[in-house]
Amino acid sequence: MAADLDGGNGSKQRGRRPRQGRSNRSNGSGATLPSRNRRALLLASASLPLTLALSRASLAQLPDELMAAVRKYTGGKPVQSGKVSFDIASIVENGNSVPATVSVESPMSQADFVKSIAIFNEKNPQRDVVVAKFGPRSGRARMSTRIRLATSQKLIAVAEMSDGSYTSHAVDVIVALAACIE
Amino acid sequence: MARTLINVPTNAKRGDVIEIRALLQHPMETGYRPDLNGKLLARDIVRRFACSWSDGASVEPVFSAELYPAIAANPYFSFYFVAASGTLTFTWEGDNGFAQTETAALKVT
Repeated sequence: MAADLDGGNGSKQRGRRPRQGRSNRSNGSGATLPSRNRRALLLASASLPLTLALSRASLAQLPDELMAAVRKYTGGKPVQSGKVSFDIASIVENGNSVPATVSVESPMSQADFVKSIAIFNEKNPQRDVVVAKFGPRSGRARMSTRIRLATSQKLIAVAEMSDGSYTSHAVDVIVALAACIE
Repeated sequence: MARTLINVPTNAKRGDVIEIRALLQHPMETGYRPDLNGKLLARDIVRRFACSWSDGASVEPVFSAELYPAIAANPYFSFYFVAASGTLTFTWEGDNGFAQTETAALKVT
């Protein structure tokens, strides 16, 4: 990414220099190089927080197959995001057993409680991971378990509220060592 | 019988929200994994876990879960419960007729 930004910026401001010339020169000790590198570094570091913010996936950019599994669970009802917090390491060393916690902000009273929580994945052989149901005796809408991840992918936790609405939290995880096919 | 590990707090007060943890020793064979000859190993998973509470007169569900192959081996769940004296019953059901029930007594002050 830094190289792209460097190239784009450099060609705008130094249009007189031919393209091939630049790549040859990049290893040399031209007087203009340090300043250009510094500019590239500045640009790259300025866009870094943006990239990090985007690594938490938003609902709109989830793949169709994953959303189809979510729709099957919700019965086609719209899914909001928020209220749900899906805690899972963003970089997973071993996909065979990944601790995951889902908690939902809810008073868990008779009138307003969380009926169920489901987790779906993008790239395991099956989309479903777990569907957990809660009762009036649960006290807190929070559950933990350990899951398998076949590869780096998106995950989504969806909660069904007692009023029939659905809310969710989607996350991206990077898996270093994959589970043995799911 | 598979081994289980069940953790219920012993010094809870009535009405406290307490954490209950349950783990079952089980391979959770996914059905997607080949053996040494390249043939797929048959699926053998726990499909359902449930915890209910009973005070002798009535039985109330506390937590239940449907499990899929993406749950790691030795399925572990932690969940919450509004403490009340009684018996907690944990059941696991799965492929090949797997069924196991464990109970834990809960006494609150």
